[in-house]
Order: sequence, then structure tokens, then C-alpha cells
Amino acid sequence: MSLLDYFKTTKPNSAKLAKERLQILVAHERSARNQPSYLPELQQELLKVIQKYIQVDQDAISVNFESDDEQETLELNIVLPEQAQT
Amino acid sequence: MARIIVVTSGKGGVGKTTTSAAIAMGLAKKGFKTAVIDFDVGLRNLDLILGCERRVVYDFVNVINEEATLNQALIKDKRCNQLFILPASQTRDKDALTKEGVGRILEELSKTFKYIVCDSPAGIERGANLAMYYADDAFVVTNPEVASVRDSDRMLGILSSKSKRAENGEEPIKEYLLLSRYDPKRVKLGEMLSVEDVQDILSLHLLGVIPESKSVLNASNSGVPVILDETSDAGQSYLDIVDRYLGEDKPHRFVDEEKKGLFGRLFRSK
Repeated sequence: MSLLDYFKTTKPNSAKLAKERLQILVAHERSARNQPSYLPELQQELLKVIQKYIQVDQDAISVNFESDDEQETLELNIVLPEQAQT
Repeated sequence: MARIIVVTSGKGGVGKTTTSAAIAMGLAKKGFKTAVIDFDVGLRNLDLILGCERRVVYDFVNVINEEATLNQALIKDKRCNQLFILPASQTRDKDALTKEGVGRILEELSKTFKYIVCDSPAGIERGANLAMYYADDAFVVTNPEVASVRDSDRMLGILSSKSKRAENGEEPIKEYLLLSRYDPKRVKLGEMLSVEDVQDILSLHLLGVIPESKSVLNASNSGVPVILDETSDAGQSYLDIVDRYLGEDKPHRFVDEEKKGLFGRLFRSK
């Protein structure tokens, strides 16, 4: 009994892992697919403008585009450094 | 008017050409005049799978360039007089296929054929894009494996945005899932994505499951589309797929591990 259990639990369910990985990846790629093509450029330009005033890293700014039947939302998120130098 | 079917997948080696050959033969055997076109310019292989490689004189690009007529290039299948093959060119010129040229040929074929099956090359280059551009239906061939599922999803995105139907704002291409190289035994062991898993991710209408089968290699070795091997599991699966495509309501087979009784063990045909 315990021996059987041992064999059962050590058998990895790799299919489950594959499904989880795919669901995350596919959702991500689909949302990127529906984004307007100007988004990366917009992100770069915004970053440049912000960097004129504040020292922020490339990854401190995130631009999210979401759309449903009703409306399209552009979400801009800037993480300021702890001691913002102005 | 013909119905144009594209057999696509994104990823290579999943069974596009095997599927194209099988369903084209299946539709032709049903009595529908069917043309199957190899879009894999430079890497022609459909002729081999259909066993007509020695009868190729003119090809798809010759017809596009008006170096040959469509009738000169079409190869009539020796087993079924309703099936015609248009082989790909072996040229290395990547720009040999043009949107206008392909459109012109499909239009001409549409006048006399009922179904046109477009065997897409792998990838998302010109050949693949043109194979699906004019399509009415898309057969997305997918293996229960991460890379293939991801690429299929990618193709779905392209089908819904870069086809003629999408560009003209017409009714979108009908997309069907063909899950190939399926091994129910490994699914049961948790080693392979199940039909439900793949459908959860791709949310496509399942046209059929093609089991991993030795008969596929046997068929390609001898240049006989596997659908003609009616005793084989893969052959039967393709027969079902053709029936379902034509509107018949058939329960899915080869999804669960077959229960092997004594007879099954003794007379297992694979």
C-alpha cells in the first residue's frame, strides 16, 4: 500500500504543468495581439519624457491596454524611485 | 463555387500534409471534385505523400507565371478520378507566389471544383499566409504538445486578422481543430495534454482526434493517403473527420484508451 502510494505520488503529472504554462502564455500573447501597434513606441516616448524629470528605469513604467465591448482602457503605471530627485 | 479549406498549424511536423492528402482524398471519394494544392514552395512533398511524384511536369508557380495552363499542371489521381493535385514548385525564389496569382488560380479552380484543399507550409512566411488568405475553412492541425498548441493559437490570430474574409469584414473563416498524434495511454498517465486541455486553451470546434499510429508512416512510405487504409485507426479517424466536416454527427473515437480484451490482444490491428 505505502509502496504503491510512493510510486503514484512520484509520477509527475507533466500534462497538468503543460496546461498551466500554456494557459498563462496564450492569455498573455492574445492580449498582446489585440493591442494597438503604436503601444511600444508610446511606451518608449513616455519613458523619455519622464526620464527628463525623474530618474527611472526602463522597467519602472508599464503601459497596459485593455479592451472589452464597451470601452478601451489605457493604463499607465509609473513606479517612482524611493527618493525621487527632481 | 468551391469551398476553400486551408490545412495549417504554424509548427512543422504536426501532420499538415498527411491531413491534406487524407481529407482531399476523403472528399474526392465522396464524389466531390477536389483539388489539393501544395503551398510549400521549395519543399514540395504533397506529391510524395499522394504517390504522384513521378508524374509532376508543371507546378503551381508555372501556372502563376502563365508558363503552363492549370489543366497541364493538375495531376489526376489514379485511384480516384475526382481528385486533382497541384504540386508546389521546387524553386528557391521566395517571392514566387503572389497574392494576385494565387487568387487567380483559386478563382479558376472554383469554377469546376467543389473543394480546394490548401496544404500550408510551416511557419508564418509568405507561403503560409497565402495558403490561408483566401480560405473559407481552416483545419488547424495540432499535436498535444506545448509548442504546437502555442503555434496553433498564433495561427488563429493570423487567420482572424490577415485573411481576405477578415480584411473585407466578411463572415470569419470557420476554424476547426484536428488533434493529431494523440496517445490516450499517455494522456491517462498524465504525460500528455488531453483533448479537453487543448480545447480549453484554444476553444476550437473539434473535428477529430487522430491517434498516434504506425499506419501513417506505412502510408507515406508507399505514397498512399492513410485514409485509404480503412482498417487502420488513423484512416478511420480521417474518414470520420470528412463525415463530420460534411455535416454528419459522429461520436468521437480514439479519445480513450481502447479496452483490450482477449480478442483485442489477439487481433489488434495497428
